[in-house]
Amino acid sequence: MREIDLVIIGGGPAGMSAALAAHEAGIRDLLILERDEKLGGILQQCIHNGFGLHRFGEELTGPEYAWRYEKEVLAKNIPFMLGTMVLDITPDRVVTATNAESGVFQLKAKAIILAMGCRERSRGALNIAGTRPAGIYSAGTAQKYVNLKGYLPGKEVVILGSGDIGLIMARRMTLEGAKVHAVCELMPYSGGLARNIEQCLNDFNIPLKLSHTVVEIHGRERLEGVTIAKVDERRRPIPETREYIPCDTLLLSVGLIPENELSKTADVALDRVTNGAVVDQDRQTATEGIFACGNVLHVHDLVDFVSEEAEVAGKSAAAYILGKNENKLHIPLSTDGRVRYTVPQVITAEKDVTVYFRVADVYRNVTLKVMDGERIVTQKKKSRMAPGEMESITLKASAFVDAKELKFVLEVR
Amino acid sequence: MKRELTCIVCPIGCQLNVTLENGVVTEVTGNTCPRGKQYAIDECTNPVRTITTTARTADGGVIPVKTDKPIPKDLMFDCMHEVNHAVVFLPAHIGDVVIKNLLGTGVDVIVTANKE
Repeated sequence: MREIDLVIIGGGPAGMSAALAAHEAGIRDLLILERDEKLGGILQQCIHNGFGLHRFGEELTGPEYAWRYEKEVLAKNIPFMLGTMVLDITPDRVVTATNAESGVFQLKAKAIILAMGCRERSRGALNIAGTRPAGIYSAGTAQKYVNLKGYLPGKEVVILGSGDIGLIMARRMTLEGAKVHAVCELMPYSGGLARNIEQCLNDFNIPLKLSHTVVEIHGRERLEGVTIAKVDERRRPIPETREYIPCDTLLLSVGLIPENELSKTADVALDRVTNGAVVDQDRQTATEGIFACGNVLHVHDLVDFVSEEAEVAGKSAAAYILGKNENKLHIPLSTDGRVRYTVPQVITAEKDVTVYFRVADVYRNVTLKVMDGERIVTQKKKSRMAPGEMESITLKASAFVDAKELKFVLEVR
Repeated sequence: MKRELTCIVCPIGCQLNVTLENGVVTEVTGNTCPRGKQYAIDECTNPVRTITTTARTADGGVIPVKTDKPIPKDLMFDCMHEVNHAVVFLPAHIGDVVIKNLLGTGVDVIVTANKE
């Protein structure tokens, strides 16, 4: 079995950034495994702009953003294998993979970085009543058909879920000549960015129906229509508000799930809220030598932050391989429920750490407090926090001296 | 006259309050950067958008393209019409011009991915 310093699973933005950071830190014996025929991951089908404002100070499209990193990977001769599917990882870091050229092969790695990204929640996860006709797609599948294959999946469209991919696809389908009748959102607020409501829906007079859901699907061979209804404050459909909309296509943009099947084979402990691994500030999982970053760890709003996080993972994996990792602490970060989760979930080293978190609802005039028992370690005020927007706070190394557990508490005035 | 806008310049999406007098913007509040103010002025006087779409390639596939600068908002569908009648020859690379001076706007449509 071939021995190798570092295997990176996934060649999207997270995998490429992690590989470049590890290379920068002195690791030369590394390999990126990518199942698609191209590096770049989901960015290849995200042809809209808005990527890279934080990283590069300019608005790039997805493929352009990916190319910035692919160019570096090529320039530094970082090895990668395309069309290669990883089948299994063991806790002692044996990676089993397969491709058409080599068949099934194994690698024994000193460290592994998980960068597999996420996948979309499907109709099956929603339990929508009705028939099972053609014409129901996840928004990302429709995006792939339109942007990479050049097919328009339908002409009369209803979109369920107002996540950013759904909003982006509302505009994309409209520009290509389809009629988007409505975007229905179960929650009383949108899960997408305000700018996307503006430029993807309002620009084209597409109605956003908040507190609405699809309650029934109609049609035998092809979708013929959907019944939508308003929901009450407990998200139960109100029967008298049922409304039939004829359509041939239903797009679902109802959430993303980190793709952790491989993490499970390696016994990596997962967080029940993020559906990603539990990690420390270095993005090391509870299984030694296995790191995670990007959307496989927790779903990000902006690729810029994926790249940033992946660099932490790449640099830390390099330090681990070179025996420079001296993590001794174990301080769990807990939350109060209004704060749904934090990443990292545990602190193991006394250094400055930026903690990312999401809140459970839309809150106004809030103070986030990080508490060590009764002591306020640090706090941050904000006029508004919403589930659709990832927040962050930086904790100074001094916060971890003698701390047992740090609790994230959100106070609403 | 007052107008409320959502800034689309970056993912923050600031809520802007714009005061207009005789069609001229006299005050912008709510923006957190200078680009937000410029967006508000443009949006009230000459709203513009960057178009990202795909063009056909000679091999029967598609390739992503964009306008290299924003174009007037009311030309969005005219732009789509032009791009959907263009053909890109391969190989094509990021920055290659597909349509020069689109609809006389001075804006070019350029390729945004590499395809061999």
